Amino acid sequence: MSLVFAGVCSHAPGITGRYERADKAQREGFYARMHAMRRRLEAARPDALIVVAAEHFANFFMDNMPAYCLGMANGYEGPVEDEEWLGIGKASVPGNADLAERLIGVVMEDVDVSYAQEWKFDHGVMVPLNFLTPRYDLPVIPANINCQGPPLTPLKRAWKFGESLRRACDEQSERIALIGTGGLSHWPCTPDSGKINEAWDREFLDRWVRDDYSGMTGYSDAETYRDAGQGGFEIRTFVCVAGATAGSPREILFYEPIPIFAVGCTVGIVHL
Amino acid sequence: MSIYYLQKLIYQLNRDEHVRQRYERDFEELLADYPLDDVERTALREPDIGLLYVMGVNGQLLMHYAALRGYEWDDYLQAMRDGVERHGPVRAGLYAMTGT
Repeated sequence: MSLVFAGVCSHAPGITGRYERADKAQREGFYARMHAMRRRLEAARPDALIVVAAEHFANFFMDNMPAYCLGMANGYEGPVEDEEWLGIGKASVPGNADLAERLIGVVMEDVDVSYAQEWKFDHGVMVPLNFLTPRYDLPVIPANINCQGPPLTPLKRAWKFGESLRRACDEQSERIALIGTGGLSHWPCTPDSGKINEAWDREFLDRWVRDDYSGMTGYSDAETYRDAGQGGFEIRTFVCVAGATAGSPREILFYEPIPIFAVGCTVGIVHL
Repeated sequence: MSIYYLQKLIYQLNRDEHVRQRYERDFEELLADYPLDDVERTALREPDIGLLYVMGVNGQLLMHYAALRGYEWDDYLQAMRDGVERHGPVRAGLYAMTGT
């Protein structure tokens, strides 16, 4: 089979951890689009879900930081954070080591991806799963792009990683779904938390929808840091999904800055 | 200054239940395992969240340490603001990227 679903969404911990402090109408509007994404995902009847995330020092640290990593286990645990702080209870999430190994084998022909047989999910994976697979009944294959500690993989490589993931999916018999999760401009867990550069976000999303390779991969890290904060480095996850779905129409179901969630909350899908 | 090990201690404390138990049992013994200077140990001990931020601890690590030490979200953000006011701009790490 092939890729049967692709999309992007936000993953900020405030989405679940500080939900009661957001404007109710705005929050419910965002949640409603996340639920709409879940229905589309379910309708695609996937056998597995690849979550391209930008984890935050839950598994990888500066002693040995992979630019790219795929999980290769039959199960994962999460969240690594305090349950009350995140608003998501501890859970076991099924994996699929066999499928992951086959995907990694193909991706490695293009990208020197690491693999991990242990992986503790942080909010970057758990917040999307909380909405998209709330019963944790769909095998997940986590993929990580280092977006936290420079030096960072170039945006063009993140696109290439997406292309390779797509080729790997297309070679499997399983029905595979793909989501990229990250923030656009944001300054999470710093004194500037809550600051959002809406114009920058909308321009990036416009480039994402228009399949504008040059526009999406043209930002230098210094420019991103200046205009979109350190959180802006996470656009790599969106660029990866774009690389995996080049040529397919895309649609933003929701975008609105929600400062208490520290990010412009986004839900986007690809019409494969 | 050993910002790397300062962050490594917090990273391991955040994710490893055994390290968490050692922290609860004997924080001094845990601190002794890392090559930290006196200022860094004191900042962790107190804790001085603002100073840890100014030293360059990444917020993705620091926010969990602050929560562990009983800081509510708004208090955590304020502690960093107070730290910058008291100690000056961030000295190292990601947030020193622009030098401001």
